[in-house]
Amino acid sequence: MKSRHRLNRLLGRIGLYFSVLVLISPAILFFLWMLSLAFKNEADNTAFPPVFIPNPPTFDNFIDVFAKNDFLTYTINSIIVSFTATGLALLLGVPAGYGIAKAKASKAAVLILIARVTPGLSYLIPLFLLFQWLGLIGTLTPLIITHLVITVPIVVWIMIGFFEGLPGELEEAALVDGATIWQAFRYVAMPLARPGITVAMILAFIFSWNNFIFGVVLAGRSTRTLPVAVYNVLTFEQISWGPLAAAALVVTAPVLLLTLLMQKEIVAGLTAGGVKGG
Amino acid sequence: MSTTLSPSRFRHGRNYARSYWMFAVPAAIVVAAVIVFPWIFTLFMSVHDWKVSGATPFVGMANYAKMLVDDRFQWAIVRTLVFTAASVVAPVILGVWAAVCFASNFRFRGLARTIFVLPMMATPVAISLVWTMMFHPQLGVLNYLLSLVGLPPSAWVYDSATVIPTLVMVETWQWTPLVMLIVLGGIASLPSDPYEAAILDGATPWQMFRHITLPLAWPFIVVASVIRMIDALKAFDTIYVITLGGPGTSSETLNILLYQTAFAYYDLGYGSAMVVFFFVLILLVSLLLLHIRQKQVWQ
Repeated sequence: MKSRHRLNRLLGRIGLYFSVLVLISPAILFFLWMLSLAFKNEADNTAFPPVFIPNPPTFDNFIDVFAKNDFLTYTINSIIVSFTATGLALLLGVPAGYGIAKAKASKAAVLILIARVTPGLSYLIPLFLLFQWLGLIGTLTPLIITHLVITVPIVVWIMIGFFEGLPGELEEAALVDGATIWQAFRYVAMPLARPGITVAMILAFIFSWNNFIFGVVLAGRSTRTLPVAVYNVLTFEQISWGPLAAAALVVTAPVLLLTLLMQKEIVAGLTAGGVKGG
Repeated sequence: MSTTLSPSRFRHGRNYARSYWMFAVPAAIVVAAVIVFPWIFTLFMSVHDWKVSGATPFVGMANYAKMLVDDRFQWAIVRTLVFTAASVVAPVILGVWAAVCFASNFRFRGLARTIFVLPMMATPVAISLVWTMMFHPQLGVLNYLLSLVGLPPSAWVYDSATVIPTLVMVETWQWTPLVMLIVLGGIASLPSDPYEAAILDGATPWQMFRHITLPLAWPFIVVASVIRMIDALKAFDTIYVITLGGPGTSSETLNILLYQTAFAYYDLGYGSAMVVFFFVLILLVSLLLLHIRQKQVWQ
C-alpha cells in the first residue's frame, strides 16, 4: 500500500515535469531560434535544412541594421516617449489611485476598466485629426500624449488595488497629529506603496515600449519609435533574415531582460489586474 | 497646529471624501482629453461624410446603413468572431493546465514561470517578424520540423485556408501566459483543507483537479476567458505585421479593416462608424465581465 502510494507520487512528479517541459518549450524554442537567426550569416539563414547553431556567431547583422537604418535616432525616440509617458502617468496616476481608493469611488474604477478594454485604434481617428489641426504631426508630442492612453490606466488600476490593500491606521494617526491629507499621502502612504509604484512603473514602461499602433499612424520619418522602425525593415528588406532578426532582437531585448530581472514584481502586477496595454 | 483641527470636523467623512477626489483631478483631466474626448468626437464623426480634406457634410445614419450592405465589413465580422472563439478556447485550456502545473512546487519553478510569461511581454512586432520568417513555405523552420516528424509542409499564412488557424496559434502562444497568471492567482488563494482531506481519502490528482480545483477556481477561469475574449477581439499588431489582412482579405479582421478604412483609404467617417460598432461590441463583453465580477465574492 505504501509503495503504491510512493509509485503514484513518483508518476505524478514525472507527469508534472513533463507537462512543464511541454508548456514552456514553445517559448524556449522560439526565442532560441530568434537568437540563432540574429547571429548567423545570410548563407546559413537561408540554408535548407536549417542551420541551428551559428558557427561562428557573427555580429554582422547588427552592424548592418545600424548602418542602413537610423536606429540610434529611433532608439532615442523610443526612450524619450516611453520614459516621458511613464513618468507623467506616475505623476498623475499614483495620486489618482490613492484618491479613488480612499474615496471608494468604484465608478471611477469602471472608467479605467473601460479604457483598458477599448481598442487603441478607436482613439486614433480623432486624435490624428486633432494633432493635425494643432500642427503637431512630425513631432514626438502626439506619441507621448497617445502613450498616456496606455500608461495612465495601467498605473491608476494597479495603484487603486495597492492602496486599497494598505492599512489606513498610519495615515489616520498622521491626520490626528495635524498633517494635511496631502502630507499623509506624500509622507505616509506613498513610501508604503513603493513596491506597488515599482510594479506600475515597470508594466507601464513595457507596454508603452511595445506599442506599435500609435507610432505607425502618428510617427513621421524621423519620429519613429523602435517597433515602427523595425516593421519598416521588413517592408524594405524582406529577404535578408539576419538583419531583420537582429532588429527584432534589439527592440525586444530590453523588455525580455527587464522581465527576467523583475519577474516577481511583473507577475504580481499582471495577476492583480489582468493588465495589458493598447 | 493640532489645536486648529477640531475633532468634529475630523469625524465628518464627507469633507475628506471631497478632498480625496482632488487627488484624482489631474488624472481625470488627462483621461477626459485623451480618452473621453476621442469617444465623443468619434460619435460625432460617424454621422458625417468625413474625408481627410474637404467638406464634412452631415449624413445622419448613412455610414451605419453602409455597414449593413458592406460585404467586406460583414466578412470581417465573421472572421473576427471565428478568430476570437478559437483564441479564447485554446489559451484557456492550455492556461488552466499551466496554472495547475505552476501551482505545485518544483525545482526551477520561478525560472520556468518567467520563461512561460516571456511571449506576452516581448514586443509584438518583434515576435511577429520572427514568426513570419518561421512560416516561410520553403525556407521556414516550421516546415522543416514538420518534415522531421513525417508531416507534409503547410502553407501557414500564405494560404487563405490556413491563415486564420495559424494566426490563432500565434495568439495562443502569445497570450496563454495571461490566462495562466489570472488562474494561478485564483488557485493560490484557495483553501488547502479540501486537498488535505482528498489526499487522506486517496484521491488521484485528476479527481482532485476535477472535483476541487476546477469548481473553486471557476470564477477566475471565467474572468480570464472574458479578458481573453476582449483582447482577441482587439488583436491587431500580430495580424497587421504578419499578414496585413492577407492573402487577399482572408485574414482581415474588424480591427485591420478599421485601420485600412481610416488610414489607408482615409474614409474617417465610415471608419468612425465602425469604431462605434466595435466599441459597443466590446462594451457588451466588458459588461459581462463586470457583472461576473460583482456577483462573486472577492477576497
